[in-house]
Amino acid sequence: MNGVEGFMYPNEIALQWSVLIVLYPYITGLVAGAFILASLVRIFRVEAVRPTYRLALLTALSFLLVAPLPLQFHLGHPERSFEMYFTPHSTSAMAMFGYVYLWYLMAVLVFELWLDYRAEIVQRAQSTKGLLGLLYKAMTLGNYNISHEALELDEKIGWIVTLIGIPSAFMLHGYVGFIFGSIKANPWWSSPLMPIVFIFSAMVSGIAAVMLIYMATTKMRGLKIDVACVDAIAMYLFYTFIIDFALESLDLIHRIYEADESFRSLDFMVHTKLYIPHIVIQILLGTLTPLVLLAITQLVKLPERLRKRLYVIAGSLIMIGVFAMRWNVVIGGQLFSKSFLGYTTYKMHLISKEGLLVSAGLMLLPLAILYVLVRILPPWHEGENQVLAEGAK
Amino acid sequence: MKMNRRQILMLMPAAAIAWESILAGTPEEAPNYKMSEHWWSMLIDISKCIGCGNCVRACAAENKVPAGHFRTWVERYHVDDENMTEPQVISPNGGFDGFPAATEDTGKYFYVPKLCNQCADSPCTQVCPVGATFISPDGVVMVDRKYCLGCAYCVQACPYGCRYIHPELEVADKCDLCYHRITKGLTTACCENCPTGARQLADLKDPKDPIHEFLRTHNVQVLKPQMATGAKVFYNDLDGSVR
Repeated sequence: MNGVEGFMYPNEIALQWSVLIVLYPYITGLVAGAFILASLVRIFRVEAVRPTYRLALLTALSFLLVAPLPLQFHLGHPERSFEMYFTPHSTSAMAMFGYVYLWYLMAVLVFELWLDYRAEIVQRAQSTKGLLGLLYKAMTLGNYNISHEALELDEKIGWIVTLIGIPSAFMLHGYVGFIFGSIKANPWWSSPLMPIVFIFSAMVSGIAAVMLIYMATTKMRGLKIDVACVDAIAMYLFYTFIIDFALESLDLIHRIYEADESFRSLDFMVHTKLYIPHIVIQILLGTLTPLVLLAITQLVKLPERLRKRLYVIAGSLIMIGVFAMRWNVVIGGQLFSKSFLGYTTYKMHLISKEGLLVSAGLMLLPLAILYVLVRILPPWHEGENQVLAEGAK
Repeated sequence: MKMNRRQILMLMPAAAIAWESILAGTPEEAPNYKMSEHWWSMLIDISKCIGCGNCVRACAAENKVPAGHFRTWVERYHVDDENMTEPQVISPNGGFDGFPAATEDTGKYFYVPKLCNQCADSPCTQVCPVGATFISPDGVVMVDRKYCLGCAYCVQACPYGCRYIHPELEVADKCDLCYHRITKGLTTACCENCPTGARQLADLKDPKDPIHEFLRTHNVQVLKPQMATGAKVFYNDLDGSVR
């Protein structure tokens, strides 16, 4: 009956949160991770990854602009969502969303990008004509001062914004983890580790995403990939991934060892309905395989070409693995009954408000936005391109 | 239908009152009802429930509950003495149509009616991002349908599976103890239609309510006490296997 095994409370049979709610933590995770990578340059002065700095910020912005859309599509009454801003409920973790989101978008990302691009925006405002020229003029906010002192001040303020941005990025994604981790009714979610696991998996997915986007865009531009840069990114990816893996393992071991009242039910679910997405895709394919691949690149001196290939494979597997992790949290957490006596099935439609096509569209939309943003605010300098292009030959 | 002038004139005052009620946009008044004087709960006597499903049907009719969703439902437990902690539970269509005959002679069978536990520390109201679901001063957990976003966070937060998203209204829905009835001195639809008196509406603030005597003299339990939700639906003779 309706894909139910055993006993579900009658109101539990259909899932309340669909694939769209899987996309939401996945996308915000990419934002937070991309920003953390950018902060390596600004705060921690890791010069090797500088070629990805602006690209990481633009990637973060592209995904952040899309982040609220899955939620909007999911709401029964999206026209009332503004109530979260005007009459937020103080005890609700979800009520924070609007504020955390706006803070992160306006006070951190857009502000930092503006400061970093200001000199170029002013130059383009003066040299570009037509609609695009008007856009650049608007983006200057009327400030055309790009004297040495002014730019130095921009740099200082940018540093402070990034410094504030790091805890903000943690807050943006940690709070998403808290939304799940604080639900005591659901033992699959309820864990104080959830926000921390979310933050580290976010960093892993965001760093992997920027690495892949950097490699793809450089290739598309016909330029040589800065190997020192991707080596450095892969190293940070590897170490962050180890912490993430350790935390997720800790959560798993704790559950298995403690074996509370929900354990038999959850264990059965992991070995049946969640076997493919959890054991095969998330753990074997999306975690252990890329960890081994990255470990090989760190331990063995491999030729450049092979290293880059391994990075691409590991990065892609990580993207799949982290998506599977979000899927297993959101969908997995609704497949079992809160009576611990049965299981239901998630049926995803191809064409519906919360179906596969809409989800795929929402996943591709940030890339389209990134394409436009890169056109308006190129993250690379033209001169640098030529030098690199010559180097590639 | 033909009406003459006299009949139309006679109907006008009623129409005027109805129009005023629509304009006011509020439920009909209950002038003698003071919220501060009540603290509603329910008593369910497991040993009296016969699983007839009358309560489920009455609730669905009274509250226009959409098919496949339940403000109240009945579960049938079959507990075998060899496996006390792994009961066999069924609730076909929430018990709306009653239950099939029991097939096994071993173990014990009993029925457990379920509904919103009207928790005093309710996890569902805690998580609502806009406060559309709230606890009324007389202890009933309710949903403001004009305010609810339909995010379903409350559905996830309820440990008892009492909430659902109304498929047509796209807002959260749940048992409100027939608030439109109890504020007028009536009992709930489910209690009114229970043929054995297994369900009793109770007012914990009313010193004359027999609930006080009952709670003092019986083995009464709430569902999932470890959730610490301050549940106010009390079960007499609740078996330890009930989830």
